[in-house]
Amino acid sequence: MATFTVNGQDVTVDMTDDTPLLWALRDGLNMTGTKFGCGVAQCGACTVMVDGSPRRSCVTPLGSVDGAEIETIEAVEGPEAKAVQEAWVDIAVPQCGWCQSGQIMSATALLRLNPTPTDEDIDRAMAGNLCRCATYVRIRKAIHAAAKSLEG
Amino acid sequence: MRVSVSIAVACLWAGSVSAEDLQPVGSFDRIPDETERSVALFEEMLKVIEHPRCLNCHPVGDKPTQGDDMRPHMPPVVRGDAGFGAEGMMCSTCHGTENVAFVTGDGSIPGHEPWHLAPKSMGWVGLSGADICTQLKDPERNGGRDLTAIHEHMAEDGLVGWGWHPGPGREPAPGSQEAFGQIVQAWIDTGAACPAD
Repeated sequence: MATFTVNGQDVTVDMTDDTPLLWALRDGLNMTGTKFGCGVAQCGACTVMVDGSPRRSCVTPLGSVDGAEIETIEAVEGPEAKAVQEAWVDIAVPQCGWCQSGQIMSATALLRLNPTPTDEDIDRAMAGNLCRCATYVRIRKAIHAAAKSLEG
Repeated sequence: MRVSVSIAVACLWAGSVSAEDLQPVGSFDRIPDETERSVALFEEMLKVIEHPRCLNCHPVGDKPTQGDDMRPHMPPVVRGDAGFGAEGMMCSTCHGTENVAFVTGDGSIPGHEPWHLAPKSMGWVGLSGADICTQLKDPERNGGRDLTAIHEHMAEDGLVGWGWHPGPGREPAPGSQEAFGQIVQAWIDTGAACPAD
């Protein structure tokens, strides 16, 4: 069992401590925006924020997030998240969409740390987020667009 | 087909890292010359230093390796400014405070608090034992450590100690951290001599 906040709401999940946070979100809290992709931290589809930092929820034991602040795609907030989501829509980044919640969380994390990323910064930050539709070029373009919109 | 598959598996097994224990520190007393004994102790230390558990995070470049076969780390992460990964893709994005077994199959993702690469000046991959020894004693490259601090790092540091408790799917470093610490101390006590190039 663990008690923490998800998008600002207090929650308690009655699952064993070794249950992945991803399972707790999807099966315990019915928050299915965060996706299961590989289960072994290789694809990034399950990325959420834990205490402000991106984290692969498929390898995050529930017991390790007791007392933590979790942000998920359902309600991630702030100027960077807003800029990223607007850029994603403007540029029509997603194709099948499965990986995109993780892509958006990672892109938001990058812009929170680095508001003017270079191509190399983007490639490094997004290296762990795979996209089977290969939308990488649009992802990079959208992150640049989001960064530019944050300048104003 | 079955025979060829068996041979292939046997070759893979033979090519993997084999577990090797450390010799008891007292066994080096058989070497009468102190400098030769010191060199022999350092060469025993190399069993640990050159083990994949240590080398994977002591690269000479900016990218770690992983696994007993020291394959390129996947995802293709980089060291970043402080050895903790890139902005937005830190080591802690995947590596937690402890090893976590995968719930979807065999294996685990390693973890420890903290989890990071050794500084580039402490890169060991591809270096000779002599070069590693010289580097290890050089305060300009070893983080300003004297020999006492080197012993403390080897014998007591938690992330170093993780090498003996790496979780499912990874071979532990030889021996134990305690036994390794005893060998490091004996190496220091005998003059911390380095092997010849």
